[in-house]
Amino acid sequence: MKTLGLFFILLLLASSSLFADGYQVGDKASDFSLKNIDGSVVSLSDFDDAKGFVVVFTCNGCPYAVAYQDRLIEIDKKYKEEGYPVIAINPNDTDIKPDDSLESMKNRARERGYTFPYLKDETQEVYRMYGATRTPHIYVLEKEDNDLIVRYIGAIDDNYQDASEVEKPYLANALDALLEGNEPDPSFTKAIGCTIKSK
Amino acid sequence: MIFGLVIFWLLSSFSSQHQLRVLSFDDFEPHLHFKNDTTYVINFWATWCAPCVEEIPAFEKINREYSGKKLRLILVSLDMPEQIESRLIPFLEKHDVSVEVLVLDDPDSNSWIDKVDPSWTGGIPATLVYNNKFRSFYERSFTYDELKQIVKQKID
Repeated sequence: MKTLGLFFILLLLASSSLFADGYQVGDKASDFSLKNIDGSVVSLSDFDDAKGFVVVFTCNGCPYAVAYQDRLIEIDKKYKEEGYPVIAINPNDTDIKPDDSLESMKNRARERGYTFPYLKDETQEVYRMYGATRTPHIYVLEKEDNDLIVRYIGAIDDNYQDASEVEKPYLANALDALLEGNEPDPSFTKAIGCTIKSK
Repeated sequence: MIFGLVIFWLLSSFSSQHQLRVLSFDDFEPHLHFKNDTTYVINFWATWCAPCVEEIPAFEKINREYSGKKLRLILVSLDMPEQIESRLIPFLEKHDVSVEVLVLDDPDSNSWIDKVDPSWTGGIPATLVYNNKFRSFYERSFTYDELKQIVKQKID
């Protein structure tokens, strides 16, 4: 009996870690409804004209997120026109990171002039569903019929320190590929980032 | 005279303890593959990473306990180059960090994360423990007890 119980616990652990792995490139992504800094509630289904989305898990305090905030504005300005708006989501627990409260997010967006929605993943369900582990962490989604397909996961580019030294603009290349009807290559990259904070 | 002594003391403690090596990944990579009878604990961290900073006392304590044993700890800082002088060195001085520290400065992390360990998603803290017979990578924080548990099996 004891071993049977243990077996079920192990099974449960195995299946929960399976879910924790989140999306892979090619998977269908789920929509969400999250509170925006302007008080509205934003879902991906609100964007009728979009061809897809640049979903970015990011935050206020992480030096990598800060290093990329202006580059995200540039990406949004350029690719929103082409049908791929940036949707930024802050997944950090505000008890651990008070600097990531909706109020602080509002301030940051105003100071930097964010051109995109900046949503709070209050219950932390969305980042877990996507499988984001760090900030910033990018998921490019493409609309296909009524589905959202994950086309690119990873980094923004290969040089967080200096935008002028970037040799491989991974995210922009992925978006250009999709706009030309091609598959992004690479479709998956990694980067050092700040662990998403949860209790 | 006293002022001069203080300056001398500051300079000497600075240079003796925290003359930091700043390495590209290619120069750092051999640290992941030493082949001898020592066990290596390689921790990736940064001063801006709160959970990283929290676990440093555990690494310090292990380092003291195993001094003279075949264990080498290395704290690999991912602090940004412009923060070495302004943040990293003051941090090491303030907390009197005695574990070996080096700086890995190689912004194209996509090119090297998998070479540290393919399971690493890029979050820190992360720690690699390895020796001739064992290799394990942990993308998580450690308490002293947890770290001790792993090291103890390898050394004692």
